[in-house]
Amino acid sequence: MAEPLLDIQGLKTWFKTDDGLVRAVDGVDLRIDRGETVGVVGESGCGKTVTARSVLKLIDMPPGRFEAGRILWQGRDLIPLDDAEMNKIRSREIAIIFQEPMTSLNPVYSVGEQIAEVIELHQNLSRKQALVGAADMLKLVNIPNPERRVHDYPHQFSGGMRQRVMIAMALSCQPKLLIADEPTTALDVTIQAQILELMQEMKERFGMAIMLITHAMGVVAETAQRVVVMYAGKVVEEAPVGALFGDPRHPYTQGLIRSIPRVDRSAGQQARLESIPGTVPSLLDPPPGCRFAARCKYAMEICTQAIPPLKEVAPGHRVACVL
Amino acid sequence: MSEEEALLSVRDLKKHFAVSGGIFSREVDRVYAVDGVSFDIAAGETLGLVGESGCGKSTTGRCILRLIEPSSGEVWFKGTDVRKMGGTALRALRRDMQIIFQDPYASLNPRLTVGAIVGEALTIHNLAKSRREHEERVVQLLETVGLQPDHLRRFPHEFSGGQRQRIGIARALAVEPKLIVCDEPVSALDVSIQAQVINLLEDLQEKFGLTYLFIAHDLSVVEHISTRIAVMYLGRVVEIAPSRELYDTPLHPYSEALLSAVPIPDPTVKRQRIMLQGDVPNPIRPPSGCHFHTRCPIAKPDCATRVPELRESKPGHWVSCHYRG
Repeated sequence: MAEPLLDIQGLKTWFKTDDGLVRAVDGVDLRIDRGETVGVVGESGCGKTVTARSVLKLIDMPPGRFEAGRILWQGRDLIPLDDAEMNKIRSREIAIIFQEPMTSLNPVYSVGEQIAEVIELHQNLSRKQALVGAADMLKLVNIPNPERRVHDYPHQFSGGMRQRVMIAMALSCQPKLLIADEPTTALDVTIQAQILELMQEMKERFGMAIMLITHAMGVVAETAQRVVVMYAGKVVEEAPVGALFGDPRHPYTQGLIRSIPRVDRSAGQQARLESIPGTVPSLLDPPPGCRFAARCKYAMEICTQAIPPLKEVAPGHRVACVL
Repeated sequence: MSEEEALLSVRDLKKHFAVSGGIFSREVDRVYAVDGVSFDIAAGETLGLVGESGCGKSTTGRCILRLIEPSSGEVWFKGTDVRKMGGTALRALRRDMQIIFQDPYASLNPRLTVGAIVGEALTIHNLAKSRREHEERVVQLLETVGLQPDHLRRFPHEFSGGQRQRIGIARALAVEPKLIVCDEPVSALDVSIQAQVINLLEDLQEKFGLTYLFIAHDLSVVEHISTRIAVMYLGRVVEIAPSRELYDTPLHPYSEALLSAVPIPDPTVKRQRIMLQGDVPNPIRPPSGCHFHTRCPIAKPDCATRVPELRESKPGHWVSCHYRG
C-alpha cells in the first residue's frame, strides 16, 4: 500500500484542568490517503475536533499536551516540530475551516486582505499579485461580483458566503489536505447543500483529501468514502461508507444510525426511534474497559475490564468491540 | 378544518418589528418577521412548523402565547380570541398553553433547584393544596419525564443537555396544558439524546392527549413527529399538508428544494438535488409579489407582482404558488 498522506498513530491529547486530567483524545489511530474524503463522526465531546486540531497543532499547550502517539504527515512526525516548521505546513499543505466562519475571520480586515495575506505568506507574491489572486479565489468559490466583494468586510457577508470565503482562503495555497470541522453545522439546510457541493467541486478540481468532521450522519453518508466513528476519545469503528451504513458492527454506531429519523421513510416504517440510553461518560475519569459499556445493551462483564482493541472484521472495516 | 373543530386557529397573524435609527431612534424601517400566517391545529395532533432561520417560525410560536405581542391578526384558542384577553384570562390561558425552548440551559433559572423550577407553576396557579401534595406532584412530574425523585434538590448545571430538556418538559407539564409549543426542542442535543427526547414527547402526547406545535429546522425530525406540516418562507406559510404527503408530493417549489437538500443517512440512496441559488433575502425589504420568486426555479414575470394566496389544492393540502397545485 502506498504511504498514507496522514497517519495518526496512538494519539493521546490530554488537558490539565482544575477538575483533573481530561483525556479528550485517548489513543486514536486514523489514516487518510491522498485524495480521499474521510468522515469523522461522533457526538459532542467525543474528541473529533481535538483530533483535528492536534494535526495542525492548534491546541493551547498548556493546558493541553500530547501524551503519546505520532502524527505522520507524508511519513514525517509533526509532534516534535516547532512553530516555524509547522507554519510551513499550515495552509500550504494542510488547511482547516471551522464551524463558525465569523469567529475565524478578522472583522477589521477586508476578506480580500485576509486571503491575500495567506497567499503572500506562502507563495512569495507581492501584495498586488496576491490581491488579484484573492479575487480569483472568490470567483472560484462562486461569490458573485468577486472584484467588488474582495474589498468587503466579513460582516457584509451572509453565513453561507462567509463559509465560501473560508474555503477560498483555505484553498488559496492548494493544500493536500483540507480539514473541515463541522463546516455546515451553523448553516441552513439549503445553504448546507450549496457548501457541500462546493467542497466536492473543489476536491475534484484540486484533488485534495478532506477530513470532514461532523455529527450529522446524513452529511457523512453523502460526502465521505470512509468513515471513522469516535466515542469518548476513542475510535470505535472505521469502515468504507457503504459498509458502515449497510453493516454497522459496533453497538454505538448501530444506535447512532437507528436513532436518526429518516425523511425518505414513512413514519409507519419507523414508528419509534431507537435511542441510546444514558449520556456520554465524563472524560475526566473514564471507566476502565469499553467506554460505551455503560450504555450498551450487549455489555458483558468482560467489557468493563479491558479496552477492546480495533480489529479487522472485513477488508478496511475495523471495530473495537468484543462481540 | 373548520374553526369550531380546531383547538387553535391562527388567522392572518402579523408581527412587524421596528428598526430604529438616527439620533432620535425613530422607526426607519420594519422587519416583517411574520407576514400574514394562518393555520389550524386540531386537538391531539402535532403541527410541524419548518423553515430556515429568519423565516418567522419562532416569532409565530411566541405570538400565539403572547410572549410577543402580535401586530395584527387573530389567535383563537378553544373559541376565544387570545389577543383580546387581559390579566386574569391570560393567566388562565397560560395554564392551557405552554412552551418548551431550544436551549434548556438558558431557559432554566440557575439559582433555583429543579424542584423549585418545576413546582413554581403549581404555586402560581394554586394547583397544590398542601406542601406535601406539592412535593408529591413535583416528584410525580420528574418521574413522568424520566428523572429521579432525588433530582429535586439539584441545580440545572448538574444536568446534561438532554436531562435539562426533560426538566423543561416537566415544568411545562406541571399545569396540565392542552397545547405545548415546542420551539426547536431537540436542536441543541446530540442525536442519541435527541431520539430520547422525541420518544418522550410522543409518549407524553399519547398519555395526556397533548397537542403540539412543533417548530424546528430539522426536516427529518419534523416529519417523524408531525401529523401535518406547515412550511414557512420569509414570514409566510407557503404550504401545509399531511406530513407524509408533503414529503412524497411537495407542491411548492420551495418545499421541494428544502426537502431535496436534506442529507439522507444512507449512501445507497442517490437523489436529484434541487440547488437553490443565493441566500434568503433580507426580511426588512422582502421581495415583492411571491417572496420566493428571486430564488424560484420556475418563477415567471408575474410572480414578482402578484402575491399568491394559500389555497387548497387537494383536500387538506394547501399551497401558495401561482403555478403549482
